[in-house]
Amino acid sequence: MTLLETRGLSRRYGGVTAVNDVSFRLEQGEIRSIIGPNGAGKTTFVSMICGRIPPSGGAVFFEDHDITNMSPWKRVMRGIVYTFQITSIYPKLTLRENVALAVQRRLTAKPGLHLSLSPDALDAAIDEALSAVGLNNEADRLAGVLPYGHQRLLELAMGLALKPSLLVLDEPTQGLAPGDIQPFCDLIRRTAKTSTILFIEHNLKVVLDLADRITVMDRGAILAEGTPAEIERHPAVQQAYLGD
Amino acid sequence: MRQAAFRSYAFHIAVIAALFLLQYVLPAYHIGTFTRIMVYAVLAIGYNILFGYTGLMSLGHAMFFAAGAYGAGLSVYWLGFGPIAALLAGVASAFVVSLLAGIVVLRVSGVAFLIVTLMLAQAAFLATLYFNTITLGDQGIVLSLRPIEMAGLSFALSDPSVKYNVALAAFAFALLFSLWLLRSPFGRILIAVRENEARTKLLGYNTFLYRFWALVISGTLSGLSGALYCLLFAYVGASFASLQYSTLPLLYTLLGGTGVTLGPLAGTAIMYYLIDISSSFTSSYMIIVGAALLVITLWFPEGIGGWVRRFLRRKPA
Ligand SMILES: Nc1ncnc2c1ncn2[C@@H]1O[C@H](COP(=O)(O)OP(=O)(O)OP(=O)(O)O)[C@@H](O)[C@H]1O
Ligand SMILES: [Mg+2]
Repeated sequence: MTLLETRGLSRRYGGVTAVNDVSFRLEQGEIRSIIGPNGAGKTTFVSMICGRIPPSGGAVFFEDHDITNMSPWKRVMRGIVYTFQITSIYPKLTLRENVALAVQRRLTAKPGLHLSLSPDALDAAIDEALSAVGLNNEADRLAGVLPYGHQRLLELAMGLALKPSLLVLDEPTQGLAPGDIQPFCDLIRRTAKTSTILFIEHNLKVVLDLADRITVMDRGAILAEGTPAEIERHPAVQQAYLGD
Repeated sequence: MRQAAFRSYAFHIAVIAALFLLQYVLPAYHIGTFTRIMVYAVLAIGYNILFGYTGLMSLGHAMFFAAGAYGAGLSVYWLGFGPIAALLAGVASAFVVSLLAGIVVLRVSGVAFLIVTLMLAQAAFLATLYFNTITLGDQGIVLSLRPIEMAGLSFALSDPSVKYNVALAAFAFALLFSLWLLRSPFGRILIAVRENEARTKLLGYNTFLYRFWALVISGTLSGLSGALYCLLFAYVGASFASLQYSTLPLLYTLLGGTGVTLGPLAGTAIMYYLIDISSSFTSSYMIIVGAALLVITLWFPEGIGGWVRRFLRRKPA
């Protein structure tokens, strides 16, 4: 079943066309990687999927609903969750409070005033999310004092705590310590049992290890798409990206 | 976490109890001063919800203060309301004005928010003059109030001790309400909006809506302060809508420490005494206020509350 589809999606910045008429499909349960050189339009493309940037043209469909004009917060409630390329957390709050904001969003999904929350349910979900990324022992530290790689993992924990149906990750391994990369891949594979994953990634080892399919972007357009084996063989890809 | 909540409430209730006992030891002059301080602290508590917690700096809170004051004062003067009904009318009118202001400023933040709130408040100020057949403009209205009738007893609002305790009751309500609000799931989101709005949107929160309600709650509490001020001092006039009632809560909050529940009280008390004392030996006491502000912003940017909190190494409440 198709979970996400874009039709002719475009984004222009003045004279620059960051994303040019991209039609794209993502199947439910897939782990999909988007690769491509710097400035290819990857971040802009996924930002239009999560609603952070409005498109200049085209449409986005999620579970067969047109969500092109839907606000980013409504998309989150529908299950589309995004982690930023440049880490975006709450540096002056503790890790616990950071994750609490994500957990709270899920626990208050039903309409209503939600004047209070069960502290037990909150704590349990926070611990679960922080344990998943191995930060449970740091729960009461301020997020801003963590090393950058751990801040990235915190942001991932916030994403996981929302229990997304589509998790969009923008260069998640960038800034991770080498030792953290394998656990990260394991975590994504576990997460993929319940979520569809769309991730932008520069580390080819991670891409080839995780991705079911790969989409290659270049100059705002899709250059190629296929399984890791197909992409490795693709001549245009080797020239534009892998070959450098 | 639950233990922390208990300690926090206990501490705030202890402060309220201390203020209650203070009336038995303070000399008469300072009872009057503290009455005013508590009324202004309600204004500052309201201001702190928007500025300290949500991160939106307004220069228009005089409009909410005045909405409360006029709502109360005019209903006494023209409609013959008793004090309690007038207080409710004041709060209701501030609520309505906050809703309208919220709709206007919904989509702006930062400097634009500052300017739009300033302009709205100036418009409100001019309106109090323009409709002078109702408000009696500059000259204002001196009220004669009926006593509060409660449980067969009668309390005259001219009695300093009644004033003190009414102000204390309102202050206690505002303080505990703000504490409860900020510890609630809603308060958590306000802080999130202040700390990182883009992230908060992408966690699924309609941040416009939270900013809107923060403004409405903030404005309504400020209106409570205005209504109280009008009823306790039996007067309402255009000066209530003047710029000073927008800048004072900002100064109180900055001095007391933004985003600290007790900051507004500390800031109000210190600033009030600073002005009071310095104005007794110089007419240009605002220079001293200015100097104090410089010292705060340069050496204590988190205000007294922030400094104490850091000193106690407690996490943000
Ligand atoms: N806000 C903006 N204003 C103007 N141009 C922009 C803006 N955002 C992106 N661009 C341009 O759009 C193009 C695509 O940018 P984008 O960030 O989507 O690329 P990317 O594939 O994510 O690159 P990277 O691998 O470096 O993250 C680039 O040429 C970039 O300069
Ligand atoms: Mg990018």
